[in-house]
Amino acid sequence: MLVIRRFEERVEELFSKGLIAGTAHPAIGQEATAVGVCDSLRKGDYVTSTHRGHGHFIACGGDPSRIMAELFGKETGYSRGRGGSQVMADFKLGFLGANGITGGSIALATGAALSLKQKGTQGLVVCFFGDGAANQGSFHESLNMAAIWKVPVLFVCENNRYAMSMNVEDSMAITDIARRADSYGIPGTAVDGNDLRAVLDVTRKACRRARDGEGPTLIECKTYRRSGHSRGDPRKYRSREEEQAWARRDPIAALAKTLRREGILSSEVDQEIKANVRRIVSAAVKFAKQSPDPDPATLLDGVTV
Amino acid sequence: MRTISYSDALREALTEELRRDGNVFVMGEDIGPYGGAFGVTRGMLDTFGPQRVIDTPISEAGFVGIAVGASLMGSRPVVEIMFMDFIPLAMDPIVNQAAKLRYVYGPQAKCPIVIRAAAGGGRRYGPTHSQTFESWFMHTPGLTVVAPATPADAKGLLKSAIRDDNPVIFIEQKSLYSTRGPVPKTSRTTIPIGKARIAVEGEDITIIGWGRGAIEAEAAAAQLEEDGIRAEVLDLRTLKPLDMQTIAESVRKTGRVIITDESPRVCSVSSEIGCRIFEDVFDYLDAPIKRVTTPDVPIPASPILEDAALPGRADIVRAARELTG
Ligand SMILES: Cc1ncc(C[n+]2csc(CCOP(=O)(O)OP(=O)(O)O)c2C)c(N)n1
Ligand SMILES: [Mg+2]
Repeated sequence: MLVIRRFEERVEELFSKGLIAGTAHPAIGQEATAVGVCDSLRKGDYVTSTHRGHGHFIACGGDPSRIMAELFGKETGYSRGRGGSQVMADFKLGFLGANGITGGSIALATGAALSLKQKGTQGLVVCFFGDGAANQGSFHESLNMAAIWKVPVLFVCENNRYAMSMNVEDSMAITDIARRADSYGIPGTAVDGNDLRAVLDVTRKACRRARDGEGPTLIECKTYRRSGHSRGDPRKYRSREEEQAWARRDPIAALAKTLRREGILSSEVDQEIKANVRRIVSAAVKFAKQSPDPDPATLLDGVTV
Repeated sequence: MRTISYSDALREALTEELRRDGNVFVMGEDIGPYGGAFGVTRGMLDTFGPQRVIDTPISEAGFVGIAVGASLMGSRPVVEIMFMDFIPLAMDPIVNQAAKLRYVYGPQAKCPIVIRAAAGGGRRYGPTHSQTFESWFMHTPGLTVVAPATPADAKGLLKSAIRDDNPVIFIEQKSLYSTRGPVPKTSRTTIPIGKARIAVEGEDITIIGWGRGAIEAEAAAAQLEEDGIRAEVLDLRTLKPLDMQTIAESVRKTGRVIITDESPRVCSVSSEIGCRIFEDVFDYLDAPIKRVTTPDVPIPASPILEDAALPGRADIVRAARELTG
């Protein structure tokens, strides 16, 4: 969780310095969802992600250095600089890709899970998407088909209260997106997405159900995007008080507090973790900076027709 | 005349038309308090209220269809598609519904909808946020396609598009939003749909472009002038209906043609224009037509690769020297 946090903070900083071009959507404040869900997975499972995907990728084992290099548009990035922040994947790690299209991955995840089922594997697919994406037709169509075909897919909605500037209260007439599961005859659970253990708990239950051939689950993780939507978002659509209230419910601080109370996290271990994370993120930035740009002569590489 | 930006010009057109006609309303994602991803509708919610500046959920297929339905009842919706790359999600209401209504139901069916879409590359946004799809819509009978290059044309053409009784796809290239130019203050000036603009007069070679391509062509013409090559630049402004008359007149004069197009080459607008020139004024051509386009490749995010992919003024100059040399 801390790697994701520090990574995203560096991304924001590098953006403001002009070292990263284009766009990027930091997942600051949503780390418990990414880690809680991905920690419940095993080899042979897959994950699809969104435009806000760095955290999911890191939680799946993605190499922060190669993610950073992709943000820098470098040849050593996951998509050799072709994709940028919203378009990177590592199929070997089970990470089927971020997605620049809101809701773009929902049907794909369902299809990947359908294939796993057809092949008779025990694998499943986790599909991350936002509250905003839950208003796309593909969400509704995919949940229905996943339900009737009992496809092993976990629909994980990260309800961070906003789709860009639009508050969930303005984008839908219900308060729990999890209730949409009722329409398709599958279980729907709303969980505190900032509570790592709670996320782990509901994910494990949903995984069991999927592996037992009983089909999909809709999990709604209630969380908060602490930073702006993307670079340069002045966040006029919400108050600083609201942001401060959510800062007090920060998932990393909450976990650290619990672990300290339980005597699991000593201050030495805490220091050690922080130093390690610093090293990982600094190494990622260094790697990205030192990596070569793609050769323009390779522009057409990979164009099949 | 005062100078304003392309986005200011669009906002003026929207504001004036909303004032002029109570049936006009705007809708799209984050166009309310946020003012649109590119700031075009900034402040309009405060002026016109949430009935006429409608923030939508992320449901492109749904809200474009809803706008088409509203237009059948006499409303005149102007829909913003945040990035043209998202328009494929709304293809059914555009292609199977809006484009067909007038033809199948006759004059009882009016569909005065405008779909504004932010298109094109240059911002390092990568493969799913940099595309431009004008040829798809040109290919669909029943759709008017407009792509202004200057702030004055952006304002005048948007006003004409809103007043048009048939569906209009209005393409705004992202790289143009911050460009500035003279724009008449009066709310009466409109630019007619279907008329190209001769941006630069010349007799040695015709360079055809639209949107950013027209701006690049103008810059190329200035450079060519130094070499003693006098290029005529046509800014098409409207892609459908295509102003073949202006194109043909220019080709008859120059005998040499370059078409610049930011979309991938195959089945692009440039293909169509090239073919029409062959059909209509082949006898006047002194050299093969040259196209300066993006190759058939997705637009990469990496700055170096994106620059290699997109056509620009230097590519046009090179092509012109080859044709005239
Ligand atoms: C089809 C489509 N429509 C709109 C967008 C622009 N866009 C990118 S992210 C975003 C908000 C998505 O909200 P949500 O699904 O809640 O995810 P979050 O950003 O909160 O993580 C929007 C509107 C897009 N990328 N794709
Ligand atoms: Mg959201």
